[in-house]
Amino acid sequence: MTGVYAWLLLMPATILLAAFTHYPTIATFVQSLFSNKTVFRPSRFVGLDNYRAIFDDPVFFKVMQNTLLFALGTVPLSIILALLMAIWVNKHIPGRGFVRLAYFTPTILPMIAVANIWLFFYTPDIGLLDQLSALFGGQGHNWLGDSRTVLGCLMVMTIWKEAGFFMIFYLAALQTHPPELEEAARLEGASRITFFWRVTFPLLMPTTLFVFINALLNSFKLVDHLFILTKGGPDNASNLLLYYIYENAFSFFDTANAATLTVVLLALLATLAILQFTILDKRIHYR
Amino acid sequence: MKKSGRLLTLAIVFLTCMAFGVSAQAEQTKLTMYYPVAVGGPLTKIVDSMIADFEKANPDIDVAAIYAGNYNDARIKALAALKSGKPAQLSVMFSIDIYDLIEQDAIVPFEEFAETDEDRAWLKSFYPALMENGMTMGKTWGIPFQRSTIVMYYNKDMFREAGLDPEKPPQTWEELATMGKKLTTKDRWGAMIPSTGYPYWMFGALCKQNGEVLMDGDGKRTFFNKKGVVEALTFWNDLSAKHGVMPKGAIEWSTLRQNFLEGKTAIMWHSTGNLTTVKKKAKFDFGVAMLPASKMRGTPTGGGNFYIFKRTKPEERKAAMRLIKFMTSPERSAEWSMKTGYIGISAAAYKTAALEKYITDFPPAKVARDQLQYATAELSTFQTGRVRKLLDDAIQAALTGKKTPEKALGDAQKSAERILKPYR
Repeated sequence: MTGVYAWLLLMPATILLAAFTHYPTIATFVQSLFSNKTVFRPSRFVGLDNYRAIFDDPVFFKVMQNTLLFALGTVPLSIILALLMAIWVNKHIPGRGFVRLAYFTPTILPMIAVANIWLFFYTPDIGLLDQLSALFGGQGHNWLGDSRTVLGCLMVMTIWKEAGFFMIFYLAALQTHPPELEEAARLEGASRITFFWRVTFPLLMPTTLFVFINALLNSFKLVDHLFILTKGGPDNASNLLLYYIYENAFSFFDTANAATLTVVLLALLATLAILQFTILDKRIHYR
Repeated sequence: MKKSGRLLTLAIVFLTCMAFGVSAQAEQTKLTMYYPVAVGGPLTKIVDSMIADFEKANPDIDVAAIYAGNYNDARIKALAALKSGKPAQLSVMFSIDIYDLIEQDAIVPFEEFAETDEDRAWLKSFYPALMENGMTMGKTWGIPFQRSTIVMYYNKDMFREAGLDPEKPPQTWEELATMGKKLTTKDRWGAMIPSTGYPYWMFGALCKQNGEVLMDGDGKRTFFNKKGVVEALTFWNDLSAKHGVMPKGAIEWSTLRQNFLEGKTAIMWHSTGNLTTVKKKAKFDFGVAMLPASKMRGTPTGGGNFYIFKRTKPEERKAAMRLIKFMTSPERSAEWSMKTGYIGISAAAYKTAALEKYITDFPPAKVARDQLQYATAELSTFQTGRVRKLLDDAIQAALTGKKTPEKALGDAQKSAERILKPYR
């Protein structure tokens, strides 16, 4: 009887997970083993051919490289920035509420709106960036049109957008720290830097793990801005894995390839999550 | 008991009324239509008001016209609706989506229900250049609606300032380069050709001007590595690399109009679909001209066609036909052209009093039409999204200096061959 009761309680979550997570995952995997169906050629089983095909695709490697660079560039910086901002607005400074709001604003804005704003920041000659640099006699630069700068530009925007969000988590964690710790440390004569590294930072580790996982996942998931800013260009210099999947599925109607790439993305994310939970988790002590 | 009996009667009466109401509604044919806007500006309002006029004139048809983003988004929404089982009956979609839509078994050719002689004559009433992207395999799949060509917008004030004749915009590639040099100053560029969004489209113009086309008529072969095509890309790249009249790197499609309006470039190549917005917003004297020539003049056509979906009932198809005929009638086409800058799609549209007068008062409006005689089809092949991206990437690789034009186009051709071979 208790078994039935337990299963009944689990049912809503199970149904939702099965219908919207597990079934699509399996269906995607199955689809990645079949060729595309068109009027002229029916779908047929091709085994691992689709996987072999993506390894022949130079764009795939470019996209993977971009995705990793994007993750490396955005995750650590936005976490550090979030932490600094949180510590700053945790203090008793004048206008604290206003500063907190200001830091959090980028998070509230929808990504598409943000991208439209930044598009005009980056626009050569008439954009904010170039107008500022012109004040100091700088030459206009085609920020998004240059394959060397485009990915960096996207990273800056993403960090700006993400840091405020992570700040909230750090801020919440900092508020739970009892003030006695700091008083005790001061009595012992510990410098503020020592206090941060020996007390605050270790206590924040669970939050850092949570933020780190979220930041990493987000760096793979955030592609909205590409639709507005670059469409992955120029010449795939800013194309990211998820956007490439979208292109394959909806611009090229190549559902087989899109499914294959999705499986790759899933495998990648699963690996990362497992690594984070097994390795990092051991090094963090929860209170 | 008595009270509840009365309530029951009331309920029955009410339900019967509802049922009648519903059946009276059911005689109205409901149509869902998606349409894209690619150039920004208040174009959705114009479409909506045209649809409202249609509904007023045809009370038996109820049209839900849904703005669906740019061309890509519109296609995705229409196809997603199709797969979900709640399909639209007709849509305006990119003219070059034709092969993909056929391959997806999504659309029907108009010949299937153009039964009367009048219908067949109607199919032939449009400018032939605009039909090139709507016809393949001997059938008509798309009816032109928001169609454009590329034109050259130029700032006459800057021409005067640079000592050039404002009534003589560049006629050839050499003139574009030499005049561009005179027009370029510390604060502005001589010319800009956008290379994001639709780079293959701009490139189609350069190729046609150099006497080349990018693909064959049935969408199974591309000619990206031909000598003339490589020359065209070399010239495009030279505008920045050699002549220094255009900024280096990719030039953003969506902010280019703003660049032009703010005087950051003296010349821009853009869709005629921008004409009315530029006319309203330009604070300077501007001109519109045909694109310059190398061996000849040339531009691809562009824009959206009406398609009718396959999964439609006969009466829905009839209603859809009436809507399309209404939207493409000379008067409506004239109105659309005046309000947006897109081309009137038939000779008859230009014979309407309204458009005739508009053109006399505002000559730039006729440039796109006059240029139609030099127009060619827009790049469209089987697997068009993929093939188009190959070319887009090649163009951007050359313009950002990552590959030489020859290498970039050679690579693109090789990949395109691999994609298109199975279709031959």
